[in-house]
Amino acid sequence: MISLYLAQRTWLHGVPAGWKLLALALVSLIAAPLDSLPLMAGLLVAVLALYVSLGRAAVAQIALLRPLWPLFLILLAFHWWNGDVTAGLVVLARILAMVLLANAVTMTTRMDAMMDAVEPLLAPLGWFGGSPRAVALAVALMIRLIPLLFALWEALNESWRARTGKRGGWRLLAPFCIQTLRLSHHTAEALAARGGAPRGTRR
Amino acid sequence: MKDRTLVQVALYAAIFAVLGLLPRFDLPFAAGVPITAQSMGAMLAGVMLGAWRGALAMVLLLFVVALGAPLLAGGRGGLGVFFSPSVGFFFGWIAVAFVSGWIMQALRKAPVFPAALLAAVFGGVVVMYAFGIAGMALVGGLSVMDATKACLIFIPGDAIKAVLVALIAQTVARGMPEALLSRNA
Repeated sequence: MISLYLAQRTWLHGVPAGWKLLALALVSLIAAPLDSLPLMAGLLVAVLALYVSLGRAAVAQIALLRPLWPLFLILLAFHWWNGDVTAGLVVLARILAMVLLANAVTMTTRMDAMMDAVEPLLAPLGWFGGSPRAVALAVALMIRLIPLLFALWEALNESWRARTGKRGGWRLLAPFCIQTLRLSHHTAEALAARGGAPRGTRR
Repeated sequence: MKDRTLVQVALYAAIFAVLGLLPRFDLPFAAGVPITAQSMGAMLAGVMLGAWRGALAMVLLLFVVALGAPLLAGGRGGLGVFFSPSVGFFFGWIAVAFVSGWIMQALRKAPVFPAALLAAVFGGVVVMYAFGIAGMALVGGLSVMDATKACLIFIPGDAIKAVLVALIAQTVARGMPEALLSRNA
């Protein structure tokens, strides 16, 4: 399964997903209102230390932050412009620490373990006639559809290139939508033929 | 929830993901500014599926991203993205899909192109930036004015995407009218 998951086992892999999510929620609640630069810098250092303790593969994952740098620069520039660079640094340290900490949870938790951990939270769906199992089915369906849609896009792109010699780009979107909807009709029929999606009453 | 609804919700969540993973389009009129097609997915989900199903598709997408799938543009994903300053946009997608779908349904009798254009512009630009700017201000510690300035450069791109969504809706309405579920729900 495609994922940001670290295949190499670390000590954090052994911690149950529910505990990790709870810890993440607690840290984010505590860190949100704090405005002290030493505290936020300390949090960031602690998170970095956590990464080091997870090994080299985890540290390499810090590179995932790269697309965020322009945004960080803009943020810092605005705070500098308002004459409060310290506030900018606090905000930046908090964002960096929280993003890295949350990524650490994602890196060390398999998607199915995460799904199991949040399933109790989906129980209220039953009150409205929904079903947590329908959610699980929707998740699986969506993930399975992605490579299919890719193949569909590639096929459209190839035929466009055969006709024009150029890449199709946005012009393929309308035929893509039509074809994907046709695909979804077939999928829905196949699903119905196999007994349909799980319903709240039929658990 | 009917089987068909479930599949359509999953489908539009998947389309959203695919739009983010495709190589970037060079949009016409954008003068070569590279634009990820992803936020189009939210407008598309609303315009095509209608308010509730569109919003559900976006909820499903964010749920799968939170579970750890790198489905946002540039291969981003996991829990980390929900702590970045762009988080307002991510939650905004739910509102974008709902509002564009709602407008599309309200204008069921109107011709497709103007209805879809209004739906996409209002949903994909006004609503999305309201959420995006609020998120930027809260997470980034900026005043609303500064956050607005920081987001301003992206608005032209999203306006172009809204036009594209309307063009797509019109083409789909011609090619497969029953596919425009916001019209026959």
